[in-house]
Amino acid sequence: MIKVEFLGPMAQEVIELEAQTLADVATQLQNIESVAPWLEKCAVAVNDEMTANLGMSLKDGDRVSILPPVCGG
Amino acid sequence: MEIEFPFYLLCVVDSLELYQGPLEVEGIFSKWLHEESESNYGAYIPFVGTIRAEDEIEALSFDIYEPVLEKWFNDWVERASKRGAKVKMAHAIGDVPIHTSSYISAVFSPKRRIALELIDEFVEDFKANAPIWKYDVKGGKRIYAADRSTPMDGFGLLSK
Repeated sequence: MIKVEFLGPMAQEVIELEAQTLADVATQLQNIESVAPWLEKCAVAVNDEMTANLGMSLKDGDRVSILPPVCGG
Repeated sequence: MEIEFPFYLLCVVDSLELYQGPLEVEGIFSKWLHEESESNYGAYIPFVGTIRAEDEIEALSFDIYEPVLEKWFNDWVERASKRGAKVKMAHAIGDVPIHTSSYISAVFSPKRRIALELIDEFVEDFKANAPIWKYDVKGGKRIYAADRSTPMDGFGLLSK
């Protein structure tokens, strides 16, 4: 199982998924009505490292963070 | 010289400082100046972000994801160091009333040109890639500033 957390303004509890790669996470998140509309604007971190690799392998206990658009300052 | 610092500092990671509520600008300025007083830098360029009164807001409010912010900042420490310079940054967490400061960054470098270039690059990349979320505070409610926010590098990965 891996954990997915939704940061900042995404009012969504942490969820747990079975996933071998980030592509598996994508498929499952696209089916969650409250999450799907955010995905096209969100960046992704795995264990706090930003990534742009959809084929990235995941292992048990990994933590995927979904980061919506930012505006510091 | 001892500098008194009455504001509650939440976190310091190699010149990254996060505070609960508005920043005490003069104190942070002088603290940083003091820290580098013997470092032989010829240029010190601070940038201060102040909350403007507009759209009937009472305050802005901020969430920060610290683990990714620390990595983003440490990359900048390294980039600056390769050019002989040093970056520092302070940011507020939670509510920051109008006419107070939420964000200060600064560059120290031996000569002015690198500091002028770096402060521009550092502040612009901060706006695009620091994991910080802004909310307008109106009537005591927090409203995500969606239309002023920027998708971070690599956005849209999971919509494919």
